Amino acid sequence: MHEIISLNEKLFETDVEKETTRKGVGEGLLLAGEADPRVVVLTADLADSTGVGEFRNKYPERFIDVGVAEQNLVTVASGLASAGKIPFASSYAVFNPGRNWEQIRTTICYNNQPVKIIGSHGGVTVGADGASHQMLEDIALMRVLPRMIVLSPCDAIEMKKAIIESAKIESPVYIRTDRDKTPIITSQATPFEIGKARIFFKPKVGVRADVGIIATGPLLYEALLAAKELSEKGKNVKVLNISTIKPLDKDAILLLAHEAKALVTVENHQIAGGLGSAVAECLATEYPVPMEFIGVHDSFGQSGTPAELIKHYGMTKKDIIQAVNKVVLRKN
Amino acid sequence: MINEDRVTELKKISNEIRKSLISALAEAGSGHTAGALDMADIFTALYFHLLKHNPKDPLWADRDRLVLSNGHICTVQYSAMAHAGYFPVSELKTLRKFGSRLQGHPWREFLPGIETSSGPLGSGLSQAVGMAIAGQIDTGNRRAISSRRPVQKTIYCLMSDGELNEGNTWEAVMLAAKEKLGNLIAIIDKNGIQIDGFTKDIMPTDSVADKFRSFNWYVEEVDGHDIKAFIDLVEKIKTAVASVAPEMRKPVAIIAKTIPSKGVPEWEGKYEWHGKAPTKAEAEMAIKNLR
Repeated sequence: MHEIISLNEKLFETDVEKETTRKGVGEGLLLAGEADPRVVVLTADLADSTGVGEFRNKYPERFIDVGVAEQNLVTVASGLASAGKIPFASSYAVFNPGRNWEQIRTTICYNNQPVKIIGSHGGVTVGADGASHQMLEDIALMRVLPRMIVLSPCDAIEMKKAIIESAKIESPVYIRTDRDKTPIITSQATPFEIGKARIFFKPKVGVRADVGIIATGPLLYEALLAAKELSEKGKNVKVLNISTIKPLDKDAILLLAHEAKALVTVENHQIAGGLGSAVAECLATEYPVPMEFIGVHDSFGQSGTPAELIKHYGMTKKDIIQAVNKVVLRKN
Repeated sequence: MINEDRVTELKKISNEIRKSLISALAEAGSGHTAGALDMADIFTALYFHLLKHNPKDPLWADRDRLVLSNGHICTVQYSAMAHAGYFPVSELKTLRKFGSRLQGHPWREFLPGIETSSGPLGSGLSQAVGMAIAGQIDTGNRRAISSRRPVQKTIYCLMSDGELNEGNTWEAVMLAAKEKLGNLIAIIDKNGIQIDGFTKDIMPTDSVADKFRSFNWYVEEVDGHDIKAFIDLVEKIKTAVASVAPEMRKPVAIIAKTIPSKGVPEWEGKYEWHGKAPTKAEAEMAIKNLR
């Protein structure tokens, strides 16, 4: 049974609050660090820009800056974990896991140490820094690793909860954050649970959805805008928020597939290997339905404003609506 | 200073460790011989004299940590552990076989006493640094105000000279000096070989001692086959470090000059023995003529 939970009341207002998910990282780490003295934080010379500066200021003896050395970042974290600490290793996703993927594989996943990797600046919406800093492949890189949990929270509030929950579990975790200030979608009261996907938009009670939109990360907001506009035009849409990409909430996805019989996935990531692929894998052997993928089509990003970039790469509300219209035609 | 009788005992043990590892490799049919043999003396010194450990309680919280960064020589560690009582010596014949706890490169979860699943070179020192920093946090040595707390656990990191090619290694070297890790001792097996040939031809690294010193480490050099010199050196270092104020401490690098395949004259000095195992006939001959 899909339940609706209390989202931000101002969700669809033009003055909806916006915050960086990195701020959620910072708040989450302070709370996690206060609750558990074993929590330590590492960065590779990117403390403030990845949101870990406040932890550094409050707990300097539990904070390590390894300088611009991302391989060391995760392997030192592995050693700290083996000595009983709960390490969060934070840098830009292009370097972390981009540069140090093998060390994550060997010293964290294979070696089974509960290190939490924070990969910041995921997606094209990183903006002016350009392609080299816009990570579009991290979901693919992390979800193929055994034992790695992959989280992609949709806003700063969900991010804070994700950090707190990650600190409590005995598992390697990858957490993807964005750079930009993005709309607050949830509220403090919205439940968050690792491994559980939740419906964030649905048609009137008793009405079956004609299409399901499955989205992850701050781009979920474009999916919600699309759902609202479609529903105003008489289409019945359900939107599922995937805040945990691995392990995927297969039950929630199958339920939605059975109901809507057509799906659109939305992610700020390459289409290859990301959320869309994970959903397709999940359905292919059990209940395949027509699908459309919103994401980056096998290209690199570039400099621009976030709004310009999601328009250029086909990831706006308008693109999602077009994909919905396309996919429902293939239902039989 | 260790006494001569004890040294004689340890030399006998190192020979037993060599015999066992040669048999194990021959039985497995594959594995890395040269480095395993040339580190047998240092492993003996560690497992039978220097390490604070308990073979019957491998996860004892207060134990010293021995991180084997160059995991490919694990057969000598398995052999030393067996002789020290972690598991029966007979288990060594399962080396590299399906279902064995003695995997081709160490798998931490399979064998208590192994501190990390190593193999890919260049990351062991970083992990050792992480363990050492955890130790500093736990003893309060990482706070701004220095206090003369004793160095508790020692973290030993065994590395190869070939692995100094990896950039990750130097990231760890820099951080260890920044963190003033007086509880960290790296031991570099300077046997002069790597897979493709001699280190001087593939990737020269001399002077290793100068490099570590310029990265603000304290460096000593030793004959890796002189058990007495090695033990006396480590004990001297630990005493010296304990008397230094935390903010003045440095990590320690011991560069151990070794002869690849030491103990088997026919194989000594030949880089081809880095990555191959002896046949049963070769093993029999080697054990018989062990020097």
